[in-house]
Amino acid sequence: MSFEGPWPYIYIAIAGWLATDFWRWSGVIAGNRIDEKSELLNWVRAVATALVAAVIAKLIFFPTGALESSPLWLRLGAVLAGALFFFFGGRFRQILGIAAAIAFLAAGLALTGA
Amino acid sequence: MTAETAPEPQSQMHWFLIGARGLFSLPAIILMLSFVGFAAFTAEAKIPVGQVMFMTGMVWALPAKVILVGSMLSGAHIATAFIAVTLSSVRMMPMVAALIPEIRTSRTPTWLLLIVSHFVAITAWVFAMENVRDVPRYGRVAFFAGFGITLTITNILLVGIVYGAVSEFPPIVSGCLFFLTPVYFLTSIWISARHRVIYWALGIGLALGYLFAVIAPEYDILLTGIIGGTLAWWGERMLRRKEAAR
Repeated sequence: MSFEGPWPYIYIAIAGWLATDFWRWSGVIAGNRIDEKSELLNWVRAVATALVAAVIAKLIFFPTGALESSPLWLRLGAVLAGALFFFFGGRFRQILGIAAAIAFLAAGLALTGA
Repeated sequence: MTAETAPEPQSQMHWFLIGARGLFSLPAIILMLSFVGFAAFTAEAKIPVGQVMFMTGMVWALPAKVILVGSMLSGAHIATAFIAVTLSSVRMMPMVAALIPEIRTSRTPTWLLLIVSHFVAITAWVFAMENVRDVPRYGRVAFFAGFGITLTITNILLVGIVYGAVSEFPPIVSGCLFFLTPVYFLTSIWISARHRVIYWALGIGLALGYLFAVIAPEYDILLTGIIGGTLAWWGERMLRRKEAAR
């Protein structure tokens, strides 16, 4: 699509803002009434998480831009290194996991001459 | 305790500022680095910076924006983009629905909650659910608004400022920033999961996300969400029933 004129802004407002805030507003309305233990909510949770997982998988397996030409084993190795530090990182597991994954990736990119 | 010795209630502005201080917390800093990565992603995709700042403020949730940008780049019809984005944002509903009873009082007007709900995304939600219990109930909406609004505005400005610089980054730097987004999401989802079905959906979603990206790249995210999510829900439910029967 062309990125000129007002059309991209309309596109973002409808396909982005309305598509997202609709659910936030529904969440407010549902508020107290939604049953935390209902099977429907469990299914919605699972579908929502799988959707985000699909986005993550695409970013890892089919990256765009600078990582497009990087080897797949390097990206998977970075995720594994991150997972290792994440699961044994204790209190600081999030920052340790992220740092380990990025450090592994950076070292690999430097060695493979990216 | 008499009324004289009771602590003076703090003003709404006080709690708003306490929330705003959350900008210097670890989750907020990781999110900002992810937004630098997002700026790099959009700069390489040649999406004008005004549109990137606009969608940061209007959509806010990072996964929804990544899907939106993907749709824009592939020239998807606006209806197709709407469906893909809206399906990725369904999770906002239970997130908001879980947060609202935690922060409102009996006198909080619904219109205020509708406005404040816009600032709910993974990071703000995790931060609020963790910290809101330390805030007296009357100050919780202000506390969340302070954190959410400050974080959103900071990231709009951040994206605008770094957008021009990231295209000059050496490939190794933009590559690492790009990779922050998936790694950050993986750790965040794992940490904020309060139900076993989330781990199942994450694992199955990663595998099916790869599979469908290969065999049906146009609908991969939708198919993964519905099929993978249903499989995870069904499998976890079967196991739950087995455990209950034991």
